[in-house]
Amino acid sequence: MVETLNSKNKIPINQQQPVLQVRDLVVEFKLEMGYARAVSGVSFDLFPGEILGIVGESGSGKSVTALSIMRLIPEPPGKISNGSIRFENKEVLELSYPEMRDIRGNNIAMIFQEPMTALNPVFTIGMQVRETILTHEKISKKEAQGRAIKMLEKVGIPDASARMKDYPHQFSGGQRQRIMIALALVCKPQILIADEPTTALDVTTQAQILELMLEQQTQIENSSIILITHDLAVVAETCHRVAVMYGGKIQEIGTVNQIFSAPKHPYTRGLLASLPSSTSIKDGKLYAIPGNVPSISDMPAGCKFCTRCEEVIDRCHQEEPPLHVLNNGHKVRCHLIEGEADE
Amino acid sequence: MSEILLEVKNLSVRFPIWGGILRQKIAEVRAVENVSFTIKKGETLGLVGESGCGKTTTAKAICHILKETSHGVVQEGEIIFHSENGPVNLLSLNRKEMRFYRREIQMIFQDPFSSLNPRMTVSEIIQRPLKIHTKMNKKERRTRVTDLLEKVGLQPEYALRYPHEFSGGQRQRIGIARALAVRPKLIIADEPVSALDVSVQSQVINLLEDLQDEFGLTYLFVAHDLSVINHVSDRISVMYLGRIVETGSAEQVYSSPLHPYSQALISAIPQTDPAKRSDRIMLKGEIPSSMNKPSGCSFNPRCPIAVAECSTKIPELREMNDHHSAACDLLELK
Repeated sequence: MVETLNSKNKIPINQQQPVLQVRDLVVEFKLEMGYARAVSGVSFDLFPGEILGIVGESGSGKSVTALSIMRLIPEPPGKISNGSIRFENKEVLELSYPEMRDIRGNNIAMIFQEPMTALNPVFTIGMQVRETILTHEKISKKEAQGRAIKMLEKVGIPDASARMKDYPHQFSGGQRQRIMIALALVCKPQILIADEPTTALDVTTQAQILELMLEQQTQIENSSIILITHDLAVVAETCHRVAVMYGGKIQEIGTVNQIFSAPKHPYTRGLLASLPSSTSIKDGKLYAIPGNVPSISDMPAGCKFCTRCEEVIDRCHQEEPPLHVLNNGHKVRCHLIEGEADE
Repeated sequence: MSEILLEVKNLSVRFPIWGGILRQKIAEVRAVENVSFTIKKGETLGLVGESGCGKTTTAKAICHILKETSHGVVQEGEIIFHSENGPVNLLSLNRKEMRFYRREIQMIFQDPFSSLNPRMTVSEIIQRPLKIHTKMNKKERRTRVTDLLEKVGLQPEYALRYPHEFSGGQRQRIGIARALAVRPKLIIADEPVSALDVSVQSQVINLLEDLQDEFGLTYLFVAHDLSVINHVSDRISVMYLGRIVETGSAEQVYSSPLHPYSQALISAIPQTDPAKRSDRIMLKGEIPSSMNKPSGCSFNPRCPIAVAECSTKIPELREMNDHHSAACDLLELK
């Protein structure tokens, strides 16, 4: 199955061998009384060359999923209690600390939301980019220096060779995020995980950074991106496929066209309708999903969305719906949807 | 034509930077320069711009809270508030005189986590402005609190709880109840929904609109999110580096922006609907610091249509057509 989606990135998605397979991932955090599940049974595939978006509100488990792939969940209090994450036939969850360190930054890299706290304030940025290269490759310091300068030039840091000696605080927010991208991509990783990469930035800077990220990614052959964000519009513009998370589970997953043109899950439909730019404004009022996001220690039994869903039926309170697979590959976790098969 | 409630005339705000051994003034941040706008009774004016453009400083100047927080701040111009006792220039008032007008102008803050005192119960938080500004007795105040909680969609039983027991959206509702407690005329909302999740954001926007209808409130709505601003506002002013670059009705500014900056800003908004996606105007570079502004039009180094004159002359806000003004000399008068 080959499909082209985004106008800017006409990469055919080869639905053969996924580069990353996440199956039944469960992550728990220890609270005062017992464990709370932040992620409860997440499964998805990431294909080479693909940009997968994971959207959800705060507490939906999207960032915890990303951190689990990098094995960066602080343990304790956190614990990956079940599931498997396979990267190139290796089980990530079983790797030792040194093996994992080889993968981080080299094969799987991550960009964090807050570029100020993600960069080390007491080292120059040159030192930080160089260190990343020297950790993973056996080259001389001088060569590493040259590569670092070239990478910073690529991400649009003006006068890069002079600015190598500067510290993170001497850069603006947008530039720091550019440096983060340089750090993440300097070893040409197969997978880039971007956790809210533009949330801390202004709209015009956001547009620049997204463009840069996509442009740099297309230069690395067959590399994939997992873009985690709460901003539906950012996902609509950049991704091939989208997973919508709520209450620690994927509620709906499909291509960008399936999710944005024909959303099936009541939560996805509610989210899209509640955007101020949406067309579903009635009498000047925005659609609002009633209630609040339940906290992870206080999730309802049955469907996680049942307390806020307007189409709820009795069954939703008792039984968690399976992920129904529709005939076009679109998957929805809702009792009201008739699927071809269940996952 | 309804009455004018607030007139801001040529407002400029400058913050000094202290440094050196003698802690002398070594530089100045010109946060707001020559900003003028009016707000009519019952309308919502949206003030939009990116970080550092001076929108929050403008809001704070109106609320008179800059002098309290920053030493040596210079505020010039006039902020004329049309109260029942006639117009008064808020900038000329001292702290004590201002107290009287604080009743009429209340503020809603961005961060619902830091804007509520964690050691006070919800009831104490909402009663505080009543204690300061009114002569209500305990019983009257309690009734008012119950009333307000219902109005903002919270259960009255919550009055005895502490802020940490609430979610972000609920806390923002408490902040709104506190602002409404003294029945103000003007509410200054500084990024009231930007810290909230999408599904909760629309609840709070709807609440603010309902309350406006019910109490005849006037809003100055400050935000960076243009689609939110477009939804709530009657008129929009776009700010860039301390100056207003464009003002007009929400429809005019959002659908047919005139200033090249507004055009770029609007085109940068990501769209969920692939059909609505248009060609994006990518701006070069980043916003310069307000300590070191470019000469002439402050947008000229990033402007896609800039000419040589742009770096020498500061463009004035001119009315281009039907109350739609822009500060760009390259636009033809219609």
